[in-house]
Amino acid sequence: MATAKPLPVNLTDDQIDEFGREMEAIYDEAMASRGDRDRAYILKLMKTQRSMAFIGRMIIYASLFLLPTWPHALASWGATLLVAGIGVLMLGIAKILENMEIAHNVLHAQWDWMKDPDIQSNTWEWDSMSPADRWMHSHNVVHHTWTNVVGKDLDVGYGIMRVTPMQPWHPKYLLQPVYFVILMLFFEEGVALHEQALVDYFEGKKKPKDLGRILRHVGRKAWRQIRKDYLLWPAAGALVAAVINLFIPYPPLTVFLAVMAANAAANIVRNIWAFIIIFCGHFPDGVYAFTPDQIEGESKGQWYLRQLLGSANINGGRLFHILSGNLSHQIEHHLFPDLCSNHYPVVAPRVQALAARYGVPYNKASIWRQFGTTWKNNLRLALPGGKLPPAVATA
Amino acid sequence: MLQQQSGNAALGFVKNQLSNIADMMAYPLRASHYVELVNPLWTTHKLQAKVVAVWDETKDARTITLQPGGHWRLPRAGQHVRIGIPIKGKHYTRTYTISSAPERDDGCFTITVKAIAGGRVSHHIVRNLKVGDHLPIAIPQGDFYLPDASPIQPLFITAGSGITPAMSMLRSLISQQRLPSTVHIHYAPHEFDVIFGQELRQIATNHQHYQLHEVHTHEFGDDKQTKGYFSLEQLERYCPDWKERDCYACGPPGLLAALEKTFEQAGRSRHLHIERFLADFAEVPADAVGGKVRFASSGVEVDADSETNLLRVAEDAGLNPPHGCRMGICHTCNTTLKSGCVRDLRSGEILNEAGAIVQTCVCAAAGDCELEL
Ligand code: FES
Repeated sequence: MATAKPLPVNLTDDQIDEFGREMEAIYDEAMASRGDRDRAYILKLMKTQRSMAFIGRMIIYASLFLLPTWPHALASWGATLLVAGIGVLMLGIAKILENMEIAHNVLHAQWDWMKDPDIQSNTWEWDSMSPADRWMHSHNVVHHTWTNVVGKDLDVGYGIMRVTPMQPWHPKYLLQPVYFVILMLFFEEGVALHEQALVDYFEGKKKPKDLGRILRHVGRKAWRQIRKDYLLWPAAGALVAAVINLFIPYPPLTVFLAVMAANAAANIVRNIWAFIIIFCGHFPDGVYAFTPDQIEGESKGQWYLRQLLGSANINGGRLFHILSGNLSHQIEHHLFPDLCSNHYPVVAPRVQALAARYGVPYNKASIWRQFGTTWKNNLRLALPGGKLPPAVATA
Repeated sequence: MLQQQSGNAALGFVKNQLSNIADMMAYPLRASHYVELVNPLWTTHKLQAKVVAVWDETKDARTITLQPGGHWRLPRAGQHVRIGIPIKGKHYTRTYTISSAPERDDGCFTITVKAIAGGRVSHHIVRNLKVGDHLPIAIPQGDFYLPDASPIQPLFITAGSGITPAMSMLRSLISQQRLPSTVHIHYAPHEFDVIFGQELRQIATNHQHYQLHEVHTHEFGDDKQTKGYFSLEQLERYCPDWKERDCYACGPPGLLAALEKTFEQAGRSRHLHIERFLADFAEVPADAVGGKVRFASSGVEVDADSETNLLRVAEDAGLNPPHGCRMGICHTCNTTLKSGCVRDLRSGEILNEAGAIVQTCVCAAAGDCELEL
């Protein structure tokens, strides 16, 4: 079947259909190969993540015994910061693992096939201010269906940035390098507010009452996150400090603020990392965006093709892929969103070879190239104009 | 006294508040998820058990000794337990009778499972479970147990792995030192293929009140039953006073059906207590039709025939409804009928009242229907 406007490739519809069938075969094989090893993988990952989160928080606490108010020789701001830094990094990595390789993928229903009542997409909640059910809607439904369709996929510029010349320029984009940095630092908050509902409201398509209901839902989730990281963990530390303060001067407030700062730092570490990986997925040079008339009446083969052209991979080793939630295999993730992520590295070479045989580009490069061009495009597109990728995509 | 009570209440309150705060600090998980890292048996968010021993009872039956987590509740002898088992990465739930006595000192319990031909789960339990594995479990359930106080004289009629609830009861009665006059008729292939054979014979020698009649049903080397079928004459021979006893029976459907008929003819149905391993299905009438099944809350609609149970239908449609025994005893699979008509495969009874409770594992479509699921 033909779409209203063709995709930017040198392939006939029949050829695209065959391309789709081949892709489908890779998918079916991968799905059929799931088994014990995958279960062991996700369980081990969860165990590691939980241990790291706990140990990270304990190291942050431990660093407080090095504050200069202590009368021992090791006590100094330098030592405190060093140890706290290790704790922050550990907690940050735990949060990265939780958000990306665990929750993102569980919420994509990648692990539902295990039928494990504890690991199900419809009951899972994650360590993020965005409630899982809202996120699943804006991400799984909107972004994965309308991938890179300008005006439909909210992730195209997140409503505040111009990431393709296909978006008409507006003076508000002049400031987008600033938004870029702000969104990077507060990505968690940004994702929580990243709502079709908000857009609908501003466009007058949603009533304030309905919006209020959704915002309250998001607010409840955000409050639980804030209560944990910025209230209870600091307070538990301050409580111990208050007791110690009876014997040696050890101001509970300092302790409270120190733990709070450390947790904020861990959240920011996670925010920056998630932002970089995710932005590398759709906005480096060579990634295609689409117009709604290019996907009208889209066939399965055309859908696969659009996902392939609209995504980009990042090179890296096994650990890097795990830390990026395998979103470094953004192409495979978009082709097979419900295949468990540890299979992406396995199918990637086959997808790449398939793309090569059909002469379609497979966008894969180092993180420096992918993030560098993302940043460069952000600067360039703040001004009117900009360069589109080639009219015909060829490998 | 009053003071102590209010003291306990205050303590309970503080404990509750502390665990609430701990859960808030662990959000979106619970503190128990972190406790699990140290010892899976200490969790409160789910109950797990650890395999501490395995022992072959016969060539294809194995006893698994399980140490349950802290929130376990002691079973009554004869009850069963739901166990989750991962096979090839997938989680299955099955129900097994507890074969140990609740009075065991070490707090463990055992299940004794026979690998049935083509049974993926039973085969996995018998051959692949190993010491140190952890499995999710539920608390004991079931109404197949001896009355606590009233003095009954049991007649056990068991076959094959149907021995398990009776074994639990016997062990329990003995450990309480109140084994009453008991007759036990047990069917098994041959003398070396009797689950708990040694122990039963031991009990028979040590306890004069306990009479064991082993009926061997196979010739050596034969894998089909050739002899020893249940009959009234056989029952009269082994247990002349059977009409004065309460019969507890567990075994294959054929045996249980024969027992039901015998007891009914004698007007003793009330004294026959049965535990089934397989749901006993009535014949589906030849003119029965399936229909469209709609699962309302999942928004899925599929075609189903008149014989496939609705649990299976839902699973084949990609849903994952709660279930346990898959044979109509645990009620984990209950849902409500929103409209239309289903057939209870055991009795053949038709359910067509909106709001009726449907046990999906033993009901099939009878025309179009809509379920809450
Ligand atoms: S699953 Fe146990 S009653 Fe249906």
